[in-house]
Order: sequence, then C-alpha cells, then structure tokens
Amino acid sequence: MRVSRLTLTDFRNYRSADVEFAPGANLLVGRNGQGKTNMVESLVWIATGSSHRVPTDVALIRAGEARAIVRATVTNDERSFQLDVELNLRGANRAQANGQNVRIRDLPRYLQAVLFSPEDLQLVRAEPGGRRRFLDELAVMRAPRLAGVHSDLDRVLKQRNSLLKSARAARMRPDDMTTLEVWDGRLIELGLEVLRTRRALVAELMPHVDAAYRLVAGDEHEARIELVTNVPDTAEEFSALLAQRRRDELDRGVSLVGPHRDDLELHLNDLLARHYASHGESWSFALALRLASAELLRDGSGGDPVMILDDVFAELDAGRRQRLAEAAGSFEQVLITAAVEGDVPEVLRDHRIRIDAGQVVNAGEVVNDGQVVEDA
Amino acid sequence: MYDGIVQDLIDELGRLPGVGPKSAQRIAFHIIQTETFDVDRLATILHTVRERVRFCVICGNVGEQERCAICRDPRRVPTTICVVEEAKDVVAIERTREYRGLYHVLGGALNPMQGIGPDQLRVASLMTRLQDAAIEEVIIATDPNVEGEATATYLIRSLLPLGVKVSRLASGLPVGGDLEFADEMTLGRAFEGRRAVER
Repeated sequence: MRVSRLTLTDFRNYRSADVEFAPGANLLVGRNGQGKTNMVESLVWIATGSSHRVPTDVALIRAGEARAIVRATVTNDERSFQLDVELNLRGANRAQANGQNVRIRDLPRYLQAVLFSPEDLQLVRAEPGGRRRFLDELAVMRAPRLAGVHSDLDRVLKQRNSLLKSARAARMRPDDMTTLEVWDGRLIELGLEVLRTRRALVAELMPHVDAAYRLVAGDEHEARIELVTNVPDTAEEFSALLAQRRRDELDRGVSLVGPHRDDLELHLNDLLARHYASHGESWSFALALRLASAELLRDGSGGDPVMILDDVFAELDAGRRQRLAEAAGSFEQVLITAAVEGDVPEVLRDHRIRIDAGQVVNAGEVVNDGQVVEDA
Repeated sequence: MYDGIVQDLIDELGRLPGVGPKSAQRIAFHIIQTETFDVDRLATILHTVRERVRFCVICGNVGEQERCAICRDPRRVPTTICVVEEAKDVVAIERTREYRGLYHVLGGALNPMQGIGPDQLRVASLMTRLQDAAIEEVIIATDPNVEGEATATYLIRSLLPLGVKVSRLASGLPVGGDLEFADEMTLGRAFEGRRAVER
C-alpha cells in the first residue's frame, strides 16, 4: 500500500499543507526544525493512533488552535480510500475512514506503516518495556483484535497491584484472598494469550531478523532474538506459581509474575546486544528489527507496509546507507527525511519534497545536483 | 468567568456527571433567561427526591418505599434473581420486557483502584437472599468489561457452592447489525457462545 496524498491542518508547525507522494521513494528534505519529522509523525498517528515521539497529543496541535486535522489518501491494490483524523485539544479525538466514523484503536486496520527513527537505538539499548511495545504493536498490526487484549491485561494488572498494595496495608483477610484469586484468574487467562501471541510472533520474526541483519550490516554476524519470560506454559502451572510467589507479591505490593515482565533479548553471535554491541552494531540491530517487521507485514494480507525512514541516513556509514537503500527500495513506497540530501543514496532521491518552516516549498523531480539549497 | 452567583451556578452544574463546562454554561443560562422555565418545580423535585427516594432493603434498587416496585409486585417470578451493577441496568433490562424475575443491584463492580471490594458491594445481602430455598437461578448481568468480568467471576465462585443454578448473559452480535462490521472481540465472543440448533 502507499499514501498518495497527505493534507495537514494546524498539525505541529503546519498551518496548512497539502502534499502528493509518489510510488517508490519520496525524499523529504529541509534544514533541521522545519517540519520533516512532523510530517511523517502525522502519518504514524494515522497508522497507529498515537505519536511515536510524545505520549500526549497536546503538542501535536499547533499552538493557539483547538484542533489539528490529518487527512491521508491511501492506495492499496489500485483502490483508494481516505482516512481523516481530528485531534482535539478538548474532547475526544475522532477518526473516519471514507467518511465513516471509526474507532481510534481500529486505525491500524487501514494504514500499515513501519517507521525507523533515531529513537529506535533505544530498542536495543534501553529497558525491556520498549521491546515489549515493539512486539505488541507489530502483533496488533497483524491482528487488531489484540489491542483489546493488551488494554484489558494492563487494566487487570493495575487493579491487581492496587489490591496487593491495599492488602499489604490492611493485613490480608480470607475474603481479600478470594478477590485476589479472581484477579489471578483474569491475569492467567489474558497473560497466557499475550504470551502465546508474543511467542508465535518471535518465531515468525526470527528468520527475517537474521536475514535483515546480514543485509544491513554486510557481514556474517548471527543475529538472534529470544523471548524471555517468567510465565509458565499452562494455566495450572501459572496458578501454582502465583500461589508460590504470593507472599513476595504481598510484601512488595506488585505483580511479580506475568508477561509484563517479559523481555525480547537480542543476541549478536550469542552475546547480549544490550551489553556487547558497538554503536554501529546496535544501529544495525534496530534497523534489522524494523526491516524484519516490514517483511513480516508484507507477507500478510495488506500488501507492503509504507516504509518510513526518519532521519536515519545521517547516522549510518556509507556501506550501511547503500545496503539500507537497496532493502528499503524494494517496498511499494518509502518516505525518507533528511537534512542533508547527499546523505541519502542516489536511488532514493527520485521524488524530492522540500520543506521549509512548516511549508511544502516544492515537490517533484530532483532539479539540482543533490546539494541542499539553503536559500529557498 | 461570570459574576459571583452566575459562576457559582455554572460550577455547581459542572459538578454533575456528564456535564462539561460548556453544557453547564448552557443549562445555567437556560435557567436564568427562559421565562417559562419553572425553577420552583425543579427545586421542589430535587428536594423531594432527596427526601423520598431510598434503596430497596431487599434488592438495592431505587424506589420510594422500603421495598421497590419490582420486589412488591406479586406477578414477578420469585425463583430467579438477576444481578446487575447499577439501578440503571434494571431499567435497561426492564425495557426488554423479557425478564419477569427479581433483581439484585450490587451498587458497582469490584475495583481495587477505587477501593471497592466485596464489602463495598451488596454481596452479603445477596448471599442472605439465597438462603431462601425458593430461589433456583441467579443470572449474572455485570458489564462486559474488566471490572464487570472480575465481579462475575467472584460471584460465580461464591454462588456455585450454594448449589444454585448460575448463568451469565451471552455476549455477541448486535441485533440489526452487519456481521462484517462487528469487531473481532465481539465476533470472537459470539463464536464462543454459539448455540446448537435444536431439531
């Protein structure tokens, strides 16, 4: 699938913008702080229902305005449809597909996009939470129903933790025990479902990650991913483990067993990437995870996902740039942002869109020699 | 901001559930400006409601007497109790005219984050009611969300040892809708709760 047109109103620093994207590579170019990333961020929102940069939507609405509007025309198999999102400063956000109201959490059904951005280095380096989110977001893109399972599990964990905390404060009575067992039951049911989907996803993703790593790193290192969990395989064992850990859980007032403590371990030649990978290797691994998800989605029913490469070429050496360009170039559409056009390999520069101070200055074929024009 | 008492009225209305600042302002000006609006009637009914309405001693539903209209009605089937979270759920089920049994209003759902456990709900009085051997079936009709499901599970665990028949409302497809537009969660539940066709 591809995005053929994007219209922004009062989104971030755009008062009003209307841009057409071509099939294949589209290069958004402009100096830092002009709004290149803002533009792709609007697409990420319309594909996922949230921003990849900020937890709340307030920052997405242009200062002084009450709402921001993002409208995208998506083409899939020569059929076009329109997605509209209205972000409101007060009141709920709204989404429409072809003029029909849809729920925000159903947005991943309509536009599938895979974003690679500098923040992804944290996927490799930082805490497990980011890696769990990576897995879960991919799982939801493939089966939107899971969004409900994840939010129910979060809710159950919050309720269960509250109960553990209050039980600790007030001494556990037998009646509280019964209530706790009720929440245990929900944790087991939802926890096992999340675990099973994560396991299946990791198994499917694994060969793609290995292939993608070799492709971008250009060497024969072996990249491997492994789901590490403290959750047993069956409901009976899960229940027994909860009983065994009950005292610890009551002492600490938090849920100690469950998929909320899973980690997706990343191994490079059997060494934990988080501890041993160099800067360049970490970049390659993060990139491999994103490319692998794109490959996996491509095998699904929605056709190619839209590939978004936000400000990543500046971070890569010449060899990695070239190999990434080849890998990304095989997708139906790739959107690339860069401050320096020369950082982006020639093959991705066919269709160039210049952005300056929240405006699309010109769009079309490359007219200069690939150098940034500073005086536009 | 408006002068003194006008703002007080808007603030007071804004405290009501479901009324945002804009609605509060609209209602306030309706009260102030519309000549035909009978303020006294509203004031009287608010007072009377506070004085007269009380919770039924048997089922917890709202009414004006010690026992609510449903519990007093001799035509209701006394062998079945339908357990709901709120009094407004009773109204919703009554609208169907399908159910002729009695009710039990819990007054909420299990919600540890808000400090609501079984003691804060009318669970003990439900157990007391079940000591009456006349009751054959309990239908659990809590909301199909995380807290409602947990409450249902809790009730089932407490009720089954008593030997009473326990059932739950089915969840499934909205009537008059299209199968293709149902979300997977609902459709999945509908599959789980499918029924064999009787010959």
